[in-house]
Amino acid sequence: MNIVECVDVSKTYRQGRIEIQALNNVNLSIAKGEFVAVAGPSGSGKTTLLNLVGGLDLIDAGSIIVDGNAFDQMSQSQLADLRLHRVGFVFQAYNLIPVLSAAENVEFVMLLQGISANERRQRAEVILDDVGLAGKYDRRPAELSGGQQQRVAVARAIVSNPSIVLADEPTANLDSKTGDGLLEMMKQMNEEKSVTFIFSTHDKMVMDYARRLVTIRDGRIEDDRVK
Amino acid sequence: MYFQLAWRNLWRNTRRTLIIMIAVIIGVWSMVLLGSLMRGIAIGMINNGISTLTGHLQIHAKGYRDDPAIENSIHDTSKVEDVLKNILPDKSRWTMRVRVNAIASNARHSTGVTLVGIDPADEARVSFIGTAMAAGRYLSSDRPDGILVGAALLDKFDTKIGRKLVLMSQDTQGEIASRAFRIVGTFKAELEATEKQFMFVIRQVSQQMLQLGTDISEVAIILPGPPDNPGVYNKLKSALPSDQFEVHNWRELLPFQTATLKILDGFMYIWYLVVFVAMGFGIVNTTLMAVYERMREFGLLKALGMKPWWIIREVLIESFLLLISGMIIGNALAFLSVYLLSNSGIDLSVLAAGAEYAGMTRVIYPAIDIKDFSIANLVVMLLGLLISVYPAVKAARFTPVEALIHY
Repeated sequence: MNIVECVDVSKTYRQGRIEIQALNNVNLSIAKGEFVAVAGPSGSGKTTLLNLVGGLDLIDAGSIIVDGNAFDQMSQSQLADLRLHRVGFVFQAYNLIPVLSAAENVEFVMLLQGISANERRQRAEVILDDVGLAGKYDRRPAELSGGQQQRVAVARAIVSNPSIVLADEPTANLDSKTGDGLLEMMKQMNEEKSVTFIFSTHDKMVMDYARRLVTIRDGRIEDDRVK
Repeated sequence: MYFQLAWRNLWRNTRRTLIIMIAVIIGVWSMVLLGSLMRGIAIGMINNGISTLTGHLQIHAKGYRDDPAIENSIHDTSKVEDVLKNILPDKSRWTMRVRVNAIASNARHSTGVTLVGIDPADEARVSFIGTAMAAGRYLSSDRPDGILVGAALLDKFDTKIGRKLVLMSQDTQGEIASRAFRIVGTFKAELEATEKQFMFVIRQVSQQMLQLGTDISEVAIILPGPPDNPGVYNKLKSALPSDQFEVHNWRELLPFQTATLKILDGFMYIWYLVVFVAMGFGIVNTTLMAVYERMREFGLLKALGMKPWWIIREVLIESFLLLISGMIIGNALAFLSVYLLSNSGIDLSVLAAGAEYAGMTRVIYPAIDIKDFSIANLVVMLLGLLISVYPAVKAARFTPVEALIHY
């Protein structure tokens, strides 16, 4: 069963008078439980593809269906609901909320879902333990290293059991050892919990970890192979 | 956690939050304090007007208000007394008076005055005269020729207690009636004009002098509780025949003060608006800066699944916390200021002439009115939140990717 279905997806950005075609008739299907890397040089369109699959941006043409939901028939509010319950995000720049502690950052998604305070705290601590941050629950992002912040971001992305996790260059700001540990952790989650992971990357290490590598260039899929 | 998040966000830029909070504090403080001073002026004016021979209600013979001549006196006082005994609530106080225009003169001076014939004991419980004695003694039946004059008039006439004063007025026959009185005491009033206008004698003596028999000019009534009591007013109106009597409340008897009260209310609301406009710019500016600074974060919140309306709510919670914190401190300071001024008041003696012209008392004692207090706080909170909607909508309008990439 496909969890992501992109059909003839196109996206154009405008910078002043200049139009930049970020994606051009992209067709891509990803099955549940896959561990996919979307690779390509800077400006190739990989981040745009992830943003569109995550419902963070609107497509110009084509259609995207995620977990059975067709984006072209959904309002902003419905897209927000989809992101809240079905999609987890991991960003290159971690993007944690600076005024919240590690546990509170993880709890935040559950708060939006209306889960009770006790359950939130319990689940946040369990998931932080899983990502190797036991005992660091009450540390603010500024008190954590880059690798630890990204682990919090991963914990936040998976805590509500999403169908899919979209990770935009998650290792770009990490040293190779930390990046390796993070990828190992995500792979383990993929295998144990069958969470679908899609990465955008130009990091060879990420490509090596991925079981399927989609290469994108100038807004078109150049290569798509299962390793 | 929404409140927790908003509170922490508020203090991410301590200096900026403090500056706008101080603006809110000063705004609320000035609104509540000025409101209480205005209310104090109003209450002073009302109390002063009511105690200066007005009372809460008055009964006159029909036509007296249009033509306060001696012919328009109340003849049937027993009928009025019966109605009063039946209708007035417990603890009401009332008194009957003779009130005519007269000329007072001594060897060197003469002036127009209002001669008031009173029942000393009843009058003392109804009007200011009971607590206004400055020198000498109060009126009593053992001294029927006694007269009370204001301290200012005593100075003007260059006379003193014990000396004679001749009063002239028109009697019921249309003849000039005159009688010599002996000054037994002087009174001090809130307004100097009152001291110069009124002279008090025993009612029976004035009735004899004016050949009034038992007729009186008016009945003044003080009701228990607040000055306005429309129930009693209406009952009196229907119980006393309208072809013989007129009943008036203090608002009808003091039209100038009533109009001034309305103007004071108007001033207060204008002041609220001025303060709020100044404060409002600060709130909008601060909130906009805070929103633009954190636009990337709002993008993240949206990416995590926050709906646009939730973003607006989050920004409004921050404004609410900023406003409520400022309001709590501003109100506390205002109450403290009112408390500190409540004993000494603000003495306007140097402006006494001007203040008197407006009917204001010489000393203003601030008085907090729950309505003024509520309006001041509601204005700050509701308009504060309303103008915060603009930056909040700004934050909610961007798509997540616009906010994440472009800010």
